[in-house]
Amino acid sequence: VENVRLVDRLSSRKASVGTLYLTATHVIFVENSSETRKETWVLHSQISSIEKQATTATGCPLLIRCKNFQVIQLVIPQERDCHDVYISLIRLARPVKYEELYCFSFNPKLDKEEREKGWKLVDLNEEYNRMGVPNNYWQISDVNRDYGVCDSYPMEVYVPKSATAHIIVGSSKFRSRRRFPALSYYCKDNNASICRSSQPLSGFSARCLEDEQMLQAIRKANPGSDFLYVVDTRPKLNAMANRAAGKGYENEDNYSNIKFQFIGIENIHVMRSSLQKMLEVCEMKSPSMSDFLWGLENSGWLKHIKAIMDAGIFIAKAVAEEGVSVLVHCSDGWDRTAQVCSVASLLLDPHYRTMKGFMVLIEKDWVSFGHKFNHRYGNLDGDPKEISPVIDQFIECVWQLMEQFPCAFEFNERFLIHIQHHIYSCQFGNFLCNSQKERRELKVQERTYSLWAHLWKNRADYLNPLYRSEHSQTRGTLHPQMAPCNFLYKFWSGMYNRFEKGLHPRQSVIDYLMAVKEETQQLEEELIVLEERLANLQKLQLNGNKVKSKQQDRSKELVLSASNNSIANTPQEYSIDLKSFPSRSPSQGDEEDSALILTQDNLKSSDPDLSANSDQESGVEDLSCRSPSGGGCLPSEDSGKDSDEAVCLAV
Amino acid sequence: MLRSGQPLTGPNRKRCPEDEMLLGSVLDEGERGFIIDTRSAQAAKQARMMGGGTEPKSSYPQWKRLHRPLERGRPLQESFIKLVEACNDASLGMDRWLGRLESCRWLSHVKAALSTACLAAQCLDREESSVLVHGAEGTDTTLLVTALAQVILEPSCRTLKGFQGLLEREWIQAGHPFHLRCARSAYSHARLKQEAPLFLLFLDCVWQLSRQFPFSLEFSEGLLLTLFDNAYASDYGTFLCNNEKERCLCKVKESTHSLWAWLDQPEERKKYLNPLYSHNPLVIWPSVEPQSIQLWQGLFFRWIRSSQYLDEAWAEIWRLVEGS
Repeated sequence: VENVRLVDRLSSRKASVGTLYLTATHVIFVENSSETRKETWVLHSQISSIEKQATTATGCPLLIRCKNFQVIQLVIPQERDCHDVYISLIRLARPVKYEELYCFSFNPKLDKEEREKGWKLVDLNEEYNRMGVPNNYWQISDVNRDYGVCDSYPMEVYVPKSATAHIIVGSSKFRSRRRFPALSYYCKDNNASICRSSQPLSGFSARCLEDEQMLQAIRKANPGSDFLYVVDTRPKLNAMANRAAGKGYENEDNYSNIKFQFIGIENIHVMRSSLQKMLEVCEMKSPSMSDFLWGLENSGWLKHIKAIMDAGIFIAKAVAEEGVSVLVHCSDGWDRTAQVCSVASLLLDPHYRTMKGFMVLIEKDWVSFGHKFNHRYGNLDGDPKEISPVIDQFIECVWQLMEQFPCAFEFNERFLIHIQHHIYSCQFGNFLCNSQKERRELKVQERTYSLWAHLWKNRADYLNPLYRSEHSQTRGTLHPQMAPCNFLYKFWSGMYNRFEKGLHPRQSVIDYLMAVKEETQQLEEELIVLEERLANLQKLQLNGNKVKSKQQDRSKELVLSASNNSIANTPQEYSIDLKSFPSRSPSQGDEEDSALILTQDNLKSSDPDLSANSDQESGVEDLSCRSPSGGGCLPSEDSGKDSDEAVCLAV
Repeated sequence: MLRSGQPLTGPNRKRCPEDEMLLGSVLDEGERGFIIDTRSAQAAKQARMMGGGTEPKSSYPQWKRLHRPLERGRPLQESFIKLVEACNDASLGMDRWLGRLESCRWLSHVKAALSTACLAAQCLDREESSVLVHGAEGTDTTLLVTALAQVILEPSCRTLKGFQGLLEREWIQAGHPFHLRCARSAYSHARLKQEAPLFLLFLDCVWQLSRQFPFSLEFSEGLLLTLFDNAYASDYGTFLCNNEKERCLCKVKESTHSLWAWLDQPEERKKYLNPLYSHNPLVIWPSVEPQSIQLWQGLFFRWIRSSQYLDEAWAEIWRLVEGS
């Protein structure tokens, strides 16, 4: 469709006019202006909702909201065209079959071997071994090898040595969705562990011997403690209500030596609504400080983030400080349980704060343990009541921790944002379906590519320059400040206002420091090479003199050695080498600028003469993203068809 | 950019030919200037009853008046006190924290101050028009706007030396009554009539700029905190008294040491530098959207939260930058 206008919603500057294209996988807007021809690409998978607004004199507005919080406002001149686009997008954004998703057509031009290697980058068995299992207390069980016991669990689970197949099967029958207690994290320093499950089907009075034995086995697997924490991450009222439906929670009287604890994180419906309210705040035009703060409080979003974090902190403390094992569950054990276990692991173990370790953490607690990616993030068209920003909340918890502990994480904010982006983009196969079983049936690893390999290839873009593995902040357990600590939770504008460039600094401190770090490293390496060369040349010079005197009789060789000497003595070489070295001095391209986002309405109402157009200061060298392939940060890089991120991932 | 006090128009709409000539001489034939009045239109009108007022259009035809009300005086001090109370309230749950923060209104004041300063800067830089800024007395919100506008516009004001010069000019010599304004701070029960944290508001706005433009200010947060401390209680005479006249009478220059002299010492200076600084010749236009304005944790939670991890991060930044 031609002559479509793309409106910049935040600063009502002139809209850009261009052509709108719809392909099988993307919506593409190409600007008409001859110099830039800027392209905006949006994957259909990213589209969360499409709103057709009332036709005005200028045309028919269409608002596209994306799952990565990008909001695109188009104005299509003809109502008929607008309707067609609207209908098409509705269909394209709600795929019915997995094969419609981008990951099945995405081609990064790798061969079969490379694709396989990409999938093997993250190895869970290696991870459990690193933790220290199997050992005297824990073993691998293959009781679920055909997903016969629990179809949402992985094929291999780690259970206490004393848990026989009989106990496991019996326990699974007493747990919602058959999700029996299994190992999530093992602390080899003190044998404390974090196990996870779903709620017991206890109702008001039901008991199950095998389930009780299972918990005993978990407790016994930690000889350093004589009791086990059982943490129910639901609000007490919800858990009690579940009892009427024949489910519920563990009764301390029935399970020997447990200490039961409610933590009170709200359910997926509350979270979905909370995000919705927060996004409405983000969409407000020129909000006052008051509008913003009240809106944010009413959404409850930061309160929920803190609740998840507090739960993780409680569990991490139990394991690290008290040396007590914890069994965590919610209702089905695939949402809040995943959040809380992964936050706790992150606090406890510095390995999960490395890039590789973080990928492993997501593979372990989210992918392998059957978090319902399809239902939660709408790979396919499904029940809107299943949609909920569960992993988004976990990712935000990580960001909040990164803000409190800037030196503790090997990766940076961009890493988190790109992961979130790809959970929704379906460009890679890692987050399809609802369980390991479904992914195997769909042959995801044979037909799609792994996100982890892609991120790993571009890892230079994702490093945190302040991270040092031997730094005191990075080693050991993280101890976030306890109350008062409300103020520590900030609104993550890098995520929720990601595409509103006027709100962010033009040049990233992280990118600058990475460039400095790289340059320093290169200089140091170059220095070593030059010193070696100097030593060699000095040696040569000595030899050369000897050769000269020796070979005065033999004319041919004389010529050679003479020429060697002259080269060896020339000083210019050093400076040439230094010049050829990419000297990106920090002062280059530092011109910071940003658009002036005055509250336009304010200015307009009181003084119509003052043109409040905020042009940007010119001359910014964007130092972001030095990796050549689709790290996709610069707009010009993104016009490629296989670019992953639509528009500039300006972070 | 000019600053002054309010014109004493009074209820009888007095005129003053000298004043009109003075302002007239600033502008060329056909040029237009802006007057930014930091009181609301209503407050400015009410001021007439007390002998003050605004510049009537008929007498100052080339000047266009804009009202941008900024909080000052008692209400601003109350805002400050409430904020400090909220920060120290350990019983406050996350479900009520933001609402409480909002009810203090402090961040709204920061937003308003930055917006007004940006407006003044815009008049100068974009419209290439002269600007006259005044409130009532010309000693509080006026200085806030003119000083902040200069940090936005002028790269030299963003250097350590230049910033000190700015403070000397726009706050100290311009006659901000430090003795009255920075008396007891937020914990005191004695609610002094003349106390108001305008200078703190200015420092907060500068901190917001440093957050949005991490490379453009030569000085660090540490300097801003030190200035805050010294405005209220100091070993040095720089912030004493209320104006130059009083400082002369008290023989401040003869009897005390200057804060700037101390800060300029090489060992001290290093503590207040920003390792990321790189001269930026351009104007820095901040975003004044609510998402871009944050609570200055380094000040308001200075004694409540551990700065260890952030200090370590800054040490790491220094290490990286110095190693290069």
